Amino acid sequence: MIKREWIYGWLLLLPAMVFLFAFTHIPAITTLINSFYSTPRGRRPAKFLGVDNYERMLADPVFWKVLWNNLWFAIGTIPVSVGLAILMALWVNDRLAGRGFVRMAYFTPTVLPLIAVANIWLFFYTPGFGLFDQITGFLFGWSASNYLGNPETALNAVIVVTVWKEAGFFMIFYLAALQAIPVSLKEAAQIEGAGRWIIFWRITFPLLMPTTLFVSVNAVINSFRLVDHIFILTDGGPDNASSLLLFYIYETAFRFWETGYAATLTVALLVLLSLLAIGQFFFFDRKVHYK
Amino acid sequence: MTTASQETRCGKAIHLEGISKTWGGAVAVDGLTIDVPAGSFTALLGPSGCGKSTTLRMIAGLETTDSGAIRIGDENVTRKGCSERDLSMVFQSYALFPHLSVAENIVFGLKVRRVARERRDEKLKRVAALLGLSALLDRKPAQLSGGQQQRVALGRAIIAEKPVCLMDEPLSNLDAKLRHEMRLEIRALQQQLGFTMVYVTHDQVEAITMADQVVLLNKGKVEQAAAPRHLYERPSTPFAARFIGTPPMNLFPAEIFGVLSDASDLTLGVRPEALKFSSEGPIAGTVRAVEFLGADVLADCMVAGTGFQARLPAANMLAPGQSAQFSFSPEDLHVFDTASGRRRDDLQTEIGARLRA
Repeated sequence: MIKREWIYGWLLLLPAMVFLFAFTHIPAITTLINSFYSTPRGRRPAKFLGVDNYERMLADPVFWKVLWNNLWFAIGTIPVSVGLAILMALWVNDRLAGRGFVRMAYFTPTVLPLIAVANIWLFFYTPGFGLFDQITGFLFGWSASNYLGNPETALNAVIVVTVWKEAGFFMIFYLAALQAIPVSLKEAAQIEGAGRWIIFWRITFPLLMPTTLFVSVNAVINSFRLVDHIFILTDGGPDNASSLLLFYIYETAFRFWETGYAATLTVALLVLLSLLAIGQFFFFDRKVHYK
Repeated sequence: MTTASQETRCGKAIHLEGISKTWGGAVAVDGLTIDVPAGSFTALLGPSGCGKSTTLRMIAGLETTDSGAIRIGDENVTRKGCSERDLSMVFQSYALFPHLSVAENIVFGLKVRRVARERRDEKLKRVAALLGLSALLDRKPAQLSGGQQQRVALGRAIIAEKPVCLMDEPLSNLDAKLRHEMRLEIRALQQQLGFTMVYVTHDQVEAITMADQVVLLNKGKVEQAAAPRHLYERPSTPFAARFIGTPPMNLFPAEIFGVLSDASDLTLGVRPEALKFSSEGPIAGTVRAVEFLGADVLADCMVAGTGFQARLPAANMLAPGQSAQFSFSPEDLHVFDTASGRRRDDLQTEIGARLRA
């Protein structure tokens, strides 16, 4: 009898497990194994290298460059998009005329595919007749500029697009959280003499902490995960100035076909991401109030 | 607690002068004029939707008034924000800050006003001792029972010793036993600290047992404002007569009594507890149902198409279907003008005498 139930149990689990293993667990483990092997070529099978790939990675200046870029990218996108999301949520949570329209407008970037978004922004950034140059030329008489082609500004230009894309998505979470805070808490604080600023910092913001944790974990993962727009905007250039870790992994694996080394880079990315996620939970845990 | 009572400023009087509030065409509060004496306990009583909570929120400054003026003490506060009105408030949901500890909740207002730390701690200690919260100061609101949360809300309201305290149905989330305890406690606290209290409730028992003055509201207007005893003994309208007292007062159209067939414009009221069995009594009814209440029985009766209730000592054996006659003393008779709803004390003796004859 018990044996039969076991069979049923495993059969019920099977469909989900097949997909989970096929697309998540097996690739992850294969990647880890491949990272210790050389890239197989036509007649030459993969050869075990030990930690050679890792040594190569640590000595690779491009790796350090894209890692550094990624750090700047994270620092540039996360606080700004989270801050903007809170501001926008507070704004559309107020009673204002046409707030449904404003909410929709803020959320639109999330609905659009990043590739399409990047193409629109490509036009904005176009030297000479792009939107930004037209505006700055008209208002301040600035000469044409090449934001995407200049190593100084390329990464920042990509950051701006990412913030624009992400803030609206995070806003929806903050809006939901704001609406879950009872109005009477704000009223009680008002009666106790608190102004808008104090109400925000002492009441609203602490009560939004669980959302902030969730959003910032997502933002960190996104800052390593979102690279679609780089293909359109800069293709990682100039001189890897706007290349991010995942973009570099893609290039290594599918342009240079160095899959072994790409697997090593992927393992580095995964380790980095898990460390960040765990760290965030420990860092925030003391400060987050869960109901 | 002598130090506390010495420090407490006396309560301030509140005057509402013809205040109104409309919600998109629906009148919530309609030209309300109420006087709340300094240091008194005033209950705003009424059925749901009568505008009592809106009135309280207008006093607090959480709602604006469409017309009329609000004065607290000698000051016109109609256009002032709630932080400038120098009052405290207890919400129905308690509105405790869930991420702050009990101590932080109670001293929130003092912190906002930048009261020095030693002074804050000293006051906190006193309030916590007064409300029996000393052992719970480090807990979060979610770790407290309903009654304890209620005490924290009270603590937050009284720590700053404001001259006015507003309460919006503060006991409606508690069970019956706790509600009774808190009723006594809130009343004692108010008398001890001497602030002016405006207390909103839909529960007539709460209003009658706690308040110095009960303001009965109906459809956004004052039905009657009086001391509880006066409200019970001399209700000025049939609405007040039926809202105060359980079971409500019996109302009869005067013409069902043969001797009063000429007085068709009057309504007569007698409380169920004022009715007595009497073979010569003017009310001859049929018993429809009998409810046993312990010390009393409640007889549900019928006379000439009008239902009424009588509260009688349980010694009386009554059965449904039985006919019974009731009498009452003349001073227990309430006479109302049917059309205007006014009380007619001038007719009480005359009508009483005619019914006896």
